[in-house]
Amino acid sequence: MIVSIASGKGGTGKTTVAVNLALALEGAMPIRFLDCDVEEPNAHLFLHPEIERSEKVSLPVPVVDESKCNGCGKCARVCAFHAILAFSSRTIVLPELCHGCGGCALLCPQGAITESPKVIGEVETGRAGDIRFAHGRTGIGSPLAPPVVKAVREALDKEGLGAGLTIIDAPPGTSCPVVASIKGSDYCVLVTEPTPFGLNDLGLAVGLVRELGIPCGVVINRAGLGDEAVSAYCSREGIPVLLEIPYDRKYAECYAKGGRLVDDFPELRGALKGLWRKISASGESGAEGEDGRREMGEI
Amino acid sequence: MISGKGGTGKTSVVASFAALAENKVLVDCDVDAADLHLLLSPEVVESHEFMASRQATVDVSRCTGCGHCSEVCRFGAIAMAYGHPTIDPISCEGCTVCSHICPEGAITMVDVMSGHWYVSHTRFGPMVHAKLKAAEENSGKLVSQVRRKAREIAESQGHELIITDGPPGVGCPVISSISGVDLALIVTEPTVAGVHDMERVLDLTCHFGVESAVCINKCDLDEANAERIEDYCCARGIEIAGKIPFDEEMVRAVVRGEPPVLYGDGAPDCAGPDSVAGEAAQAIRQLWDRVAVLLARDAGSF
Ligand code: SF4
Ligand code: SF4
Ligand code: SF4
Ligand code: SF4
Repeated sequence: MIVSIASGKGGTGKTTVAVNLALALEGAMPIRFLDCDVEEPNAHLFLHPEIERSEKVSLPVPVVDESKCNGCGKCARVCAFHAILAFSSRTIVLPELCHGCGGCALLCPQGAITESPKVIGEVETGRAGDIRFAHGRTGIGSPLAPPVVKAVREALDKEGLGAGLTIIDAPPGTSCPVVASIKGSDYCVLVTEPTPFGLNDLGLAVGLVRELGIPCGVVINRAGLGDEAVSAYCSREGIPVLLEIPYDRKYAECYAKGGRLVDDFPELRGALKGLWRKISASGESGAEGEDGRREMGEI
Repeated sequence: MISGKGGTGKTSVVASFAALAENKVLVDCDVDAADLHLLLSPEVVESHEFMASRQATVDVSRCTGCGHCSEVCRFGAIAMAYGHPTIDPISCEGCTVCSHICPEGAITMVDVMSGHWYVSHTRFGPMVHAKLKAAEENSGKLVSQVRRKAREIAESQGHELIITDGPPGVGCPVISSISGVDLALIVTEPTVAGVHDMERVLDLTCHFGVESAVCINKCDLDEANAERIEDYCCARGIEIAGKIPFDEEMVRAVVRGEPPVLYGDGAPDCAGPDSVAGEAAQAIRQLWDRVAVLLARDAGSF
């Protein structure tokens, strides 16, 4: 089963929920943890994985052979991202803008364009205790996150873990890197906080997961610190509130230090196991059952 | 104002600056999950559609089902089913390659609306903000659009300052938000994640040669991490422009839908340093004073 942890708003405790869910279930089933927040990956700060492998992520960008190019300008006309400019004397590629679509190389009438890989980020895989771990990072000033997210999602595929649980820590927001992270999940947990910001951004996130057809439930973090509008919204929309984590300064301090909440606070270990029971139960009662779910053990 | 990590309290600080600064235009560049409007209650005076992306569509009557389009699409957006291609609008990046390659000319590109942008009136001055539709890209372009409009308003109406609430992360929209600014104020928090993300975002501002200063929000949450931030910034020659203590009043202000500096009954001016205003509000005032000095110093070099 693939469970993604997302939130419209940043800083609601998405990584906290993802990491502590993984830790609470470690040992009970095979766990894979994918940190797909490739702009600001944070899960490693809490899981301290031993990194075993590191691979560069690259995108094919065009290289123009000037001896073959006749300056016809076709490449510049077809590029939807204005990443290649043709002048009569020279053709210039702007690699930061290139999406690697391959159009220019395919369509150049002179066959003057080949492609060479440009590094846009990296993916690291390893192990944190019994948890298989992968995360990625975009290069600084390299704005294309989705291909790096894709590489993280595929990083552990070759290990063929089969049954078990894959936890995806998604980036904040609702734009394309988020889609790349949560697409194909069996369930999406939306972490929010009980404030107007949390409510506003939760509404956006719900819109996105519904568009993608992913069943979702909500975790309200720092419950008690804000108002009741988020709970009211959830009941109105028929979205289950899976867990409320009360606001407590000692949780915030533990998080600040990079501590593991489930180790320091046994009540949270129980709460996160309960969260998992609700997720897996909703998976079974969901429209389409998947093979992986049947193999999941009880905790 | 940017933060790298989300949820550091950036928007609350921006809204406070909106109340404290004079003669400014406000911009929300977090087009993906805009929140500033919740504290400034803007009245929308202009609304525009944002058309930046295109999507492939297939004219089935011309398609022979040769499958070339599906072979060339690198984004996995075209699946062949029952002899004809279907295009997944979420995966399509609008690269146009399939439309060029189709031997029957069966694929055309259509404009799609990716969101809206607005010019609004707030009690603190004009505000430009936007809303990108879910699952859309081109957030960088929308940020540029919103900033261009803000600049236009500033120039035509004689506003000297543009205050921008930037998006989280270090990607496209952040890069678009900081290009050409006089100062990037990074709002961070003393957590391991806050420190990590601040370092990444400082790498970014340095990469683009943008002058930066840092503000530590919730500074008393973890002394050791706060110290790490200070040491790190000191070593890189980055000024700590202010420190805001943790104060539940910040959350209550958000719930009330107000900038945190407007505590209690007060307009900004009635809450002097000795008033009942919370510690965080006072710290934000001091932060703003310092930022104003940094900006004035910068203005000298125009
Ligand atoms: S399409 Fe080919 S030949 Fe024409 S300008 Fe581009 S690289 Fe040169
Ligand atoms: S590969 Fe695509 S995006 Fe890159 S330059 Fe060529 S046409 Fe443009
Ligand atoms: S390339 Fe054109 S004709 Fe061939 S399958 Fe695609 S749409 Fe149909
Ligand atoms: S426009 Fe590009 S991404 Fe979209 S379907 Fe065609 S080839 Fe694929």
